[in-house]
Amino acid sequence: MFDYETLRVIWWALLGVLLIGFAIMDGFDFGIAALLRVLGKTEDERLVMLETIEPTWEGNQVWFVLGGGAAFAAWPQLYAVSFSGMYLAIFLVLVALILRPVGFNFRGKVHDERWRTVWDYVLTASGVVVMLISGVAFGNLFLGAPFQFDDDLRMSWHGSFFELLHPFALVAGLVSLTMLLAHGACWAAYKADHIIADRAVRVARWTTLAYVVLYVVAGIWLAYGVPGYAIVGPVVTDGVSNPLFKQVAHGSSWFASYMEHPYFWLAPVLGFAGAIGVQLTVGKKGLGGFVCSSLMVAGTILSAGFALFPFLLPSRLDPRSSLTVWDASSSQGTLGLMLAMTIIFMPIIIIYTGWVYRVMRGRVTLDHVRHSGHGY
Amino acid sequence: MIIDSDVVTLSRLQFALTALYHFLFVPLTLGIVWILAIMESVYVMTGREVWKRMVQFWGVLFGINFAMGVATGVTMEFQFGMNWAYYAHYVGDVFGTPLAIEGLMAFFLEATLVGLFFMGWNRMSRVSHLLTTWFLALGTNLSALWILIANGWMQNPVGSAFNAQTMRMEVTSFTEVMFNPVAQAKFVHTVSAGYVVGSMFVLSISAWYLLRGRNTDFAKRSMTVAASFGLAAALSVVVLGDESGYAVSENQKMKMAAIEAMWETEPAPASFTLIGVPDVENHTTHYALRIPWVMGLIGTRSIDKPIPGIANLVEDTKGRINNGILAYDAMLTLRQDKNNEQAKNVLATHDKDMGYALLLKRFMDDPRKATPADIQKAADSTIPNVPVLFWSFRLMVACGFYFILLFGVMFWQASKRQLDKRRWLLKLALWSLPLPWLAAELGWIVAEYGRQPWAIEGILPTALGVSSVTAGQVWTSLGGFVLFYSVLAIIDAVLMVKYAKKGPDGLGLWPPADPAPNATTAPAHA
Repeated sequence: MFDYETLRVIWWALLGVLLIGFAIMDGFDFGIAALLRVLGKTEDERLVMLETIEPTWEGNQVWFVLGGGAAFAAWPQLYAVSFSGMYLAIFLVLVALILRPVGFNFRGKVHDERWRTVWDYVLTASGVVVMLISGVAFGNLFLGAPFQFDDDLRMSWHGSFFELLHPFALVAGLVSLTMLLAHGACWAAYKADHIIADRAVRVARWTTLAYVVLYVVAGIWLAYGVPGYAIVGPVVTDGVSNPLFKQVAHGSSWFASYMEHPYFWLAPVLGFAGAIGVQLTVGKKGLGGFVCSSLMVAGTILSAGFALFPFLLPSRLDPRSSLTVWDASSSQGTLGLMLAMTIIFMPIIIIYTGWVYRVMRGRVTLDHVRHSGHGY
Repeated sequence: MIIDSDVVTLSRLQFALTALYHFLFVPLTLGIVWILAIMESVYVMTGREVWKRMVQFWGVLFGINFAMGVATGVTMEFQFGMNWAYYAHYVGDVFGTPLAIEGLMAFFLEATLVGLFFMGWNRMSRVSHLLTTWFLALGTNLSALWILIANGWMQNPVGSAFNAQTMRMEVTSFTEVMFNPVAQAKFVHTVSAGYVVGSMFVLSISAWYLLRGRNTDFAKRSMTVAASFGLAAALSVVVLGDESGYAVSENQKMKMAAIEAMWETEPAPASFTLIGVPDVENHTTHYALRIPWVMGLIGTRSIDKPIPGIANLVEDTKGRINNGILAYDAMLTLRQDKNNEQAKNVLATHDKDMGYALLLKRFMDDPRKATPADIQKAADSTIPNVPVLFWSFRLMVACGFYFILLFGVMFWQASKRQLDKRRWLLKLALWSLPLPWLAAELGWIVAEYGRQPWAIEGILPTALGVSSVTAGQVWTSLGGFVLFYSVLAIIDAVLMVKYAKKGPDGLGLWPPADPAPNATTAPAHA
């Protein structure tokens, strides 16, 4: 079996896989929800928009639920500190995530235009809130969070909701928003009736452009305006999971890990390549644009994860309390067991998810929604 | 650090409300998916269109409920991190694992297939769709399995040990966690309760159609399925509930004693208090009607083992608190000097009692400074709310026996093909609709409120599990939930009633007026 250090790195990577899985698979659902009334001008068009994701969004959301569960099991302190520390922000995300399933289901259940309009805006808001807050939360990882542990490893957080809205974090939020709007638009271009798809192509081009600008701004800001964290002294990679056993300095560069491992640069390159790919291919309204936007999403999240490595959540209040890959994980046995479970079930999940997409393949046309009973 | 008791109270209130709310939707999902699977199997085997329409009609109602179940389930997962951060840290290594496996093995399956269940009718073969439905049912029920393995560990924390270096519980044997007898007993009891809810739902609404003389064939068939499935479920919920009771008496003696309002240990075999008025002040039960022997038989499966009463358990607890203080002291020593052999030995001897020292943390920062009076206070705090448990349990059990009777009679009527003959029976079936929900919620109260003051029995007191958030934050989220959940409850109820009233006829599902080209699509638009 793997040693503790390797298991920790694997679970760090798997956390990334789940996050990227969530952003790619559920990200376009959020994008579609947010663009519902932008791309769908009439009721029929909005039905087309909804039907492009209706059979699959529920399964897609499990990437998030599983990400939460896996963080709970593999990185319990990360889960505990971030969810309780960012209490009100997480509450907002939660409200958005609750409104989505009921919104999809309830919208078509009453034949009244005002009723549907209300749910349209609810769905739009839920998409925007999740995309924006996820990015803001990610931005705050780089800024460090105001928490510390006592000797019982009980965490206390000394900050408010509004402190999360630091300008850098807001830029990160906008990166996430534009990226996933573009991703959603690429899906609509591939999957929705040509009338909608043509609009989606334009939206995808503009949002991708905005994303690139914001991503570059965030990168420069990170390089020159946001000091990084570094473990000082000996780095014990297979020690016990107690954050207080190390020393951390604040003031280095977040790009240090990029200097140390030059291949990390592949991640931002992938992000840019994806963005260029979107510009080149989305006009064909095929799967190509969506694949490119997926690469863009993956590259962006990887580039952030690489910059943070080995940190998961630094503390600006008490840098020693920072959570890192080496001291915030579960026990070796739990990591091993969970890895085995993941190896068994992840391929099965991918197979049946693929099957569902295959069954539901094909463009959703206006003609189709006009002539068939719609959805559930 | 002293814990803010307002935060504890508010967080507990929020957890209870959101869990009870979530549990309004879960049991119906657990039960009705099997009914859909049974109906669709009949359709595939016989090729009779009416059975397909039954799946589609009950599927509409299932869909409304499923959305609410999924939506409110996310809250449960989030809350462990938001409101119970120290809990998440302290037991995440053990408790988080079944939750993650639930996602991998079960929730992914059900959530991925549910869209196909509704929208895939025209896109695949009959057998493929049937398989989708069966795997959907399997997914929801596996989901319950893993959640109850996690919950079972809270009631009976096997397969794990405390680690002083990381200040948390860690897994020692996942096999023990998985095959925890309490978890297994709770799983079968809980899913059976869900099957009763699902059966009653179909039974009651069908009874309403028969009373109105609408959808007669459709309703009779639905009722027959519901009555048979419901009878089997009602029988197993009682039998397996007894198994659950046996498992509880093995490891949660205090919960058992509180359910029975058994203040003093009785000589074996203990009698069962059928009914009475528990008096918390004077530690006695007035007007008790006792049935000899029964309690001893249920609780110990023997006639010679006594069941300990509350007073004796409190005495035992005092001893465990004293041992716990020794373990706590050793833990602190080990934190400074991890190779201290003496401390290791003390902790190894008493680590099962360390949680009892943590009970004192509600009253003081350092349990080692506890006076005998403090220890008495902590020991008394382990007595749950006796009248609530006493009555919740009895009401739940009474419901359970009533379900056997009702489904039994309906099954008899169905086998004689006389379902629509006795209107009073149909009315009884209709008005029994809320009872399985009541029983399920009461079951939650017995199991989880009865676990107090522990979050993890004997390991972590609930009060210690909270996050370091402010009361204001919890007030905000609690207020938000109350408001938001109330609005959703109203919408959900209105839609359920609306679609139930529309019925298969109103939705154009049955009888088939003319074989229109689109007759096979899902009907939600109608």
